[in-house]
Amino acid sequence: MINFQYARAADVADAVRQMAADPSAKFIAGGTNLIDLMKEDVERPSRLIDITRLPLKAVEQTPAGGVRIGALVPNSDLAYHPLIEQRYPLLASAILAGASAQLRNMASAGGNLLQRTRCYYFYDIATPCNKREPGSGCSAINGLNRIHAILGASEACIATHPSDMCVALAALDAEVHVAGPGEARTIAFADFHRLPGDTPQFDTNLQQGEIVTAVELPPQGFAAHYTYLKIRDRLSYAFALVSVAAALEFDGAAIKEARLALGGVAHKPWRNMAVEATLRGQTADQAAFARAADELLRDAKGYEHNSFKIDLARRGIVRALTQAAQGRPQSQAVKRIM
Amino acid sequence: MPRTHTSQPAPHPVLSRLPGRAGRKTPDKLSVALTVNGVAAQLKVAPWTTLLDALRDHLDLTGTKKGCDHGQCGACTVLVDGRRIVSCLTFAVMNDGAEVTTIEGLAANGALHPLQQAFIDHDAFQCGYCTPGQICSAAGLIAEGKARSADEIRELMSGNICRCGAYPNIIAAIEQAMRRS
Repeated sequence: MINFQYARAADVADAVRQMAADPSAKFIAGGTNLIDLMKEDVERPSRLIDITRLPLKAVEQTPAGGVRIGALVPNSDLAYHPLIEQRYPLLASAILAGASAQLRNMASAGGNLLQRTRCYYFYDIATPCNKREPGSGCSAINGLNRIHAILGASEACIATHPSDMCVALAALDAEVHVAGPGEARTIAFADFHRLPGDTPQFDTNLQQGEIVTAVELPPQGFAAHYTYLKIRDRLSYAFALVSVAAALEFDGAAIKEARLALGGVAHKPWRNMAVEATLRGQTADQAAFARAADELLRDAKGYEHNSFKIDLARRGIVRALTQAAQGRPQSQAVKRIM
Repeated sequence: MPRTHTSQPAPHPVLSRLPGRAGRKTPDKLSVALTVNGVAAQLKVAPWTTLLDALRDHLDLTGTKKGCDHGQCGACTVLVDGRRIVSCLTFAVMNDGAEVTTIEGLAANGALHPLQQAFIDHDAFQCGYCTPGQICSAAGLIAEGKARSADEIRELMSGNICRCGAYPNIIAAIEQAMRRS
């Protein structure tokens, strides 16, 4: 780890000011990803601005009927918060599918959005990586790419976003509140993370010096028909090979609204609104779900070691939509997939 | 052929290419106040000193183990303000003012903590390296009150790896301590 200065921020404005004064600084909250990356010399901030004491720790109802989650709410507190458990169980389930109890106690809501890929080559500073060192090349495209993307990848980068929580937030149409040197602004969740294109060094559309202050959920929580299905190499405490957040709302027997977001397959939580629209008005049966899965994966592209993900995702989508339709969400403790 | 002696070591093949290494000023050490196992401690540490290294190297509390040092094994689990965390992924300065409980602080008045006794009763370890982290993690688990079944204990203890594979006995030990708490 390279040496760095340390300072505590007094409030959000102070944090923004400190960042403007030292643009190669980093904010630190939970630290569970940043400190690891610093130990690997992947992140080399000149200064850490400790934001852990800022008053961004509330989970509260909004006047619009949604819920506003402070950026510093620990993942575990969020997953077990009564408002989230009751109204947004998809989010609670996705959070509990990720990391370990210790890491969930440390990791913040805002930090979960900003965690970096777990691509082996991004972590290994002895290898080329366009995300870590733009222009150096991608070691994964012709290397070990079992955990890599099948959708939305580019010649420059085939990394995936590792979060479970973000997959649920994408499905729920959350918004991200941001402060910075300019006006405070709100970013739709679908616009928060980026596809790699030819600038994979940028994971998100945050501007230099901006800080996430809150994540807001709209009123609709899909509490009756949802599931988070995560498929991975061991039963717990592993990143998703493929994960599926599915949420349905019915009008009688017909699907009134469908949400489908995938994790482990792309540089951002993957949604396809056009496919979701095709499910509207249909009855919830295997044939409709299979058609949706095929359509969503039509442009999927596998690499040497990860082509299995295409079929895994197809089956995962059908299974997740079936679980959601039946009102039988996947348990994150009992691992049998029903 | 005799080796030539050079006074300057060769630059590191990778690290020397990275920007920003030259010209960084060494920061002053920072004061950190911790209450560890009920005892107040005042430390002077570099900003990059992890809580784990502060406990082991500055306070000589070597019960907390350094396994992977990357948050993947759970051997360094301690309780901070009553919550279980991995002490390798937090800097000591970030925890200024915190109450820390390590494996050394669980026994009260000379009597083993119920989890320590349960781990002995159930032979819940072989080499013992992961055990302090397992026991601190289990203490956090019981305090959280979210695990009711063996499946839930297994899931909520998944952040603690036991390379000897003592998992069935660890689960049994935690179930015993949960029944008695």
